[in-house]
Amino acid sequence: MLRLVVDLNRCQGYAQCAFLAPDVFAMHGDEGLLYDPQAEEAQRERLAQAAAACPVQAILVDDLDRDLAGVAEARDA
Amino acid sequence: MHEVTLEHLKREGRIVVVGASLAGLRAAETIRDKGFTGSLTMIGDEPYEPYDRPPLSKGVLLGKSTAERTALPRRRAIDAEWRLGTAATGLDMAARRVKLADGEEVPYDRLLIATGVRARPWPNAAEGELDGVFVLRTRDDGTALARRLDAGPRRVLVIGAGFTGSEIASACRERGLEVTVAERGDAPLVGALGGVIGAVAAELQRENGVDLRTGVMVTGLEGDSTGRVRAAHLSDGTTLECDVVVVSLGAQRNTEWLAGSGLGAGPRGIACDAGCRAFDIRGIVTDDIYVAGDVARSPHPLFGYQFLSLEHWGNAVSQAETAAHNMLSVSTDRRPHIWVPAFWSSQFGVNIKSVGVPSMGTEIMITQGSRAERRFTGVYGYQGRVIGAVTFDNSRWLQFYQQQIETTAPFPVPFPTVDRRPDGHRPVPADFPDPSVPTHGPTITLSGYSPADRRMTFTPAGH
Repeated sequence: MLRLVVDLNRCQGYAQCAFLAPDVFAMHGDEGLLYDPQAEEAQRERLAQAAAACPVQAILVDDLDRDLAGVAEARDA
Repeated sequence: MHEVTLEHLKREGRIVVVGASLAGLRAAETIRDKGFTGSLTMIGDEPYEPYDRPPLSKGVLLGKSTAERTALPRRRAIDAEWRLGTAATGLDMAARRVKLADGEEVPYDRLLIATGVRARPWPNAAEGELDGVFVLRTRDDGTALARRLDAGPRRVLVIGAGFTGSEIASACRERGLEVTVAERGDAPLVGALGGVIGAVAAELQRENGVDLRTGVMVTGLEGDSTGRVRAAHLSDGTTLECDVVVVSLGAQRNTEWLAGSGLGAGPRGIACDAGCRAFDIRGIVTDDIYVAGDVARSPHPLFGYQFLSLEHWGNAVSQAETAAHNMLSVSTDRRPHIWVPAFWSSQFGVNIKSVGVPSMGTEIMITQGSRAERRFTGVYGYQGRVIGAVTFDNSRWLQFYQQQIETTAPFPVPFPTVDRRPDGHRPVPADFPDPSVPTHGPTITLSGYSPADRRMTFTPAGH
């Protein structure tokens, strides 16, 4: 599982993410963005493309190349 | 307690973060980014790792995601000891220890308080406990409300038409559920954006099939013999049948655990300086206790050094970064928290965004687009300068207006704008409610001088 968050203060509705990873991001109305904050492993590549393509760099995804140390860390608590 | 040097602190000090949500997490990441290699403890009263709250009133209620899927992505590993599901219950400032609900005490060299806010409960506890009555703030709240909406209630009543209440009503309509919104003020969003914009929000609700009732209060909730809510009584004498009630009456600050600690904490939050250092009750700033996020109240130079309390996602991130930086910096390297307020809301298919402090505005100009088309930019003026701006489906212009606010640009705006309409040439009163008159359901009034003496008087809706 991949975790993501979009800084919607930054987001200006360019919709690049909705084109590149339509299973994760969808436009809601003309300008609003809806997304699933958790994505399947199969979305990894598309998600990386979406994050890279965002014109305002509003998308944060848990470090895509790393085992999600943070998850294990919290689960151990 | 001897004061450790900064280098020693960074190498082997103890930092404790109370509040394991957005602000706490981003602060912890920044602390590690700054090269802190000592022990880091994250204390949170909820049993979950840090998660994102905005989706709870949007995607989660629409069934596009679930509350369990909102865990926040990490910017980096923070190598922390997590004490989740354990609330902090007290603070000993002299001994530098945080007391926990399980009786344990956690010592610190630097403390960050990011305990945030909680949903204001329905004032009548027995009515609030009826099956079908919800608030929406936490992951558990989101799970419970989404499940109930899935079951297809006959009518949902939302009490309070602020942003959260309006978003909940929007999600209900999008799912085809009947929904009534009861708001004591004259329009939705009126406290944050004023009556001129509130009127647009009211039209949006009604066009989308919301049974919006303004100028009314809910005076009581009624349950059936099995303890399920079945009706609400309104101040206009009507009774409304409903099987789900969502209480959206704003938030209360999580500061009770600091009572008697000597820290300047109370119902209005924790006062801190622009560097995020908390004040004690004597009004003296502390050296080792920092505050960030919804619970903080800090002076902002752009807005007359008013102590602003901002329940904004972006504020939590920015203030957390500043607090973390400052707690690991010598005094001359510290930075002020001068984030320009900004927030967003998504409702009835419209993207609403704002910068600055619209509620300080006395006048508003619709500089671009038109309210009738639900696509516009409104600029708020205060004492001859631009103080805030709001956009409905027009967010790409917001950055420009943020610069106007940052440079104290004159108001009314003297320049022409793209897509200016005839009614946008002159400012009109922004029509904020009179602050001396309560606009919301239940009312809190405060008395007392020092934070320790402050008393809160609660006036429930209907009085």
